[in-house]
Amino acid sequence: MQKNILVLIALAGAVLAAGCPSHKPRPQPANANQGAPSGSLDQPVTSGDNGTNALGAQGANAGNEAAGPSSAQLQNRTIYFDFDSSDIKSDYNALITAHARYLAANPSVRVRVEGNTDERGSREYNIGLGERRAQAVRRALMLQGVNESQITTVSYGEERPAVTGHTEDAWSRNRRANIVYLQ
Amino acid sequence: MNKRNARHVQRAFSILVVLALLWPPGRAQADLQILITKGVTDPIPIAIVPFAHALPPDGPFDVGAVVQRDLESSGRFRAMPRSQMKETPTRVADVQAADWKAAGNDYVAVGRVSMPSSSEIDVECDLINSQSGDLVATQKFIANSGSIRNAAHQISDFIYEKILGVRGAFATRIAYISVQGKAPAQKYQLIVADADGENPKVILESTQPIMSPAWSPDGQWLAYVSFENKVSGIYVQTVRTGERHLVSARVGVNGAPAFSPDGSKLALTLSGSGGNLDIWLLDLSLQQLTRLTDDPAVDTEAAWSPDGKSIYFTSDRAGGPQIYRLDVAQHQRVERITFGSSYNARPRVSPDGRKVAFVTREGSAYRIGVEDLASRTVNVLSKGNLDESPSFAPNGASIIYAGRDGEIGTLQMVSVDGLVTQRLRSDQGEVREPVWGPFAH
Repeated sequence: MQKNILVLIALAGAVLAAGCPSHKPRPQPANANQGAPSGSLDQPVTSGDNGTNALGAQGANAGNEAAGPSSAQLQNRTIYFDFDSSDIKSDYNALITAHARYLAANPSVRVRVEGNTDERGSREYNIGLGERRAQAVRRALMLQGVNESQITTVSYGEERPAVTGHTEDAWSRNRRANIVYLQ
Repeated sequence: MNKRNARHVQRAFSILVVLALLWPPGRAQADLQILITKGVTDPIPIAIVPFAHALPPDGPFDVGAVVQRDLESSGRFRAMPRSQMKETPTRVADVQAADWKAAGNDYVAVGRVSMPSSSEIDVECDLINSQSGDLVATQKFIANSGSIRNAAHQISDFIYEKILGVRGAFATRIAYISVQGKAPAQKYQLIVADADGENPKVILESTQPIMSPAWSPDGQWLAYVSFENKVSGIYVQTVRTGERHLVSARVGVNGAPAFSPDGSKLALTLSGSGGNLDIWLLDLSLQQLTRLTDDPAVDTEAAWSPDGKSIYFTSDRAGGPQIYRLDVAQHQRVERITFGSSYNARPRVSPDGRKVAFVTREGSAYRIGVEDLASRTVNVLSKGNLDESPSFAPNGASIIYAGRDGEIGTLQMVSVDGLVTQRLRSDQGEVREPVWGPFAH
């Protein structure tokens, strides 16, 4: 009943052996880090809605991290947020300005802003909150002269906590956006 | 529910049943073990007599033990200990119903495993009502060495349905995510197991997060989100072979994949470079995208109604996350479904389409709520502080979800009537995001 579904891309996984009940199954899992399919689905969107041009496929390489600027002022790269908020508190104005100045002065330098949340609530909704935080920092940088092409965003939602734990202290240290300099 | 259950006193007592003694000898250690944490007050007493078997040389498979474990783990049955059985008949003709009734059993199940050929194993079961002495039903399943465990689960389904009038879901599978180790050396695994936690198979392993597994309607594929390329991408993987395809790697968020009931489309969440999450529909064979929501709010976590006409989703367009429903054919028609709590997210629809399960916040605790769509009443079924990811069994009778047991993430089950709770404890690491697979086709 299923149609064959997909454009073929290189196989990433090993064949899964069917288990025999009296032996421990030997899983041969697909390994996501061994040459995942390269490239991505690059089909033109045909629905005709505005804004879909922004949905062009991106390459598999999302950018490798670099050390970034070495000055002491620019080592602080994390902005923390209040619960359920993507507002950048005024405490971080100086941090934003410092990075914005550096990026505006070095237009070939790129950053990735990574948005995160604490663990509470639903995971995919938290991806949305994390994205809001990343976008807030991105906009703040652009307002101070950074070129749009220098900034990408990613949201990890609650998937990459900085601190494990189920207390407000841990949660507050996970609600954050990180500015990551790229090569 | 039959009248036996209707007689139950509302308050259930807590019992803890360790089922280790019932596992077949020589069985490989399961990664998940079921513990009943609450059962009905008046479980049905049943005797599962060890099945006669004539089996391959590498050891007999104890069908009766699997059946007994299944039925007891449902919280609705109490099985007679084998040590108390004075007789061990294997055919209805040999069953003295009055003796079993005198020993306190309402039902007796007897059976036989035989090998008519080297590649075929027959598993037969007779279910007897010991009060009347009548044969309730008899059933035969044809299996092979690779599927005899599944045949045992089908026997459990058969008994469950004959007695309770509800289709059993013992012969089904679950998928879930396991996380071991600590950053930066953590290992994520996507695992498919039998619904009782046995027979786990790792189908994907990664050093980066895996999220949001979703079964195709025929159980052949799993869609999921992977961060293996440092940003989110949606993959569809064939469970049996491991073959996988990247179906969405667009700029921004790629999330929350959900197969349509006919399997032809995937609802998914995209944000584009602007970072505004919305729900889209991807036609898998035509490779065409259709936008379903267009709102500056976070719109995500699509879940289809079983008739394929509606999609339920999470949106914070009213301020905080709530559950909404849109009409797939006329997607501007959006209706809010949840009220009451200031946080309702991550909907999943019951197989009969009448209920929606979701994460709801009570005070500061995040719990699993179920709303009856006709009456709009909500029952909160779980009691943890950080419960998430509810998924209905394909018979609609229970919900599996992720909870926390102190420091460790665990999988838990609760029956939709709230009377039975179970915890599946993992031997290693954290487990999260369970999804219950469909009935076998």
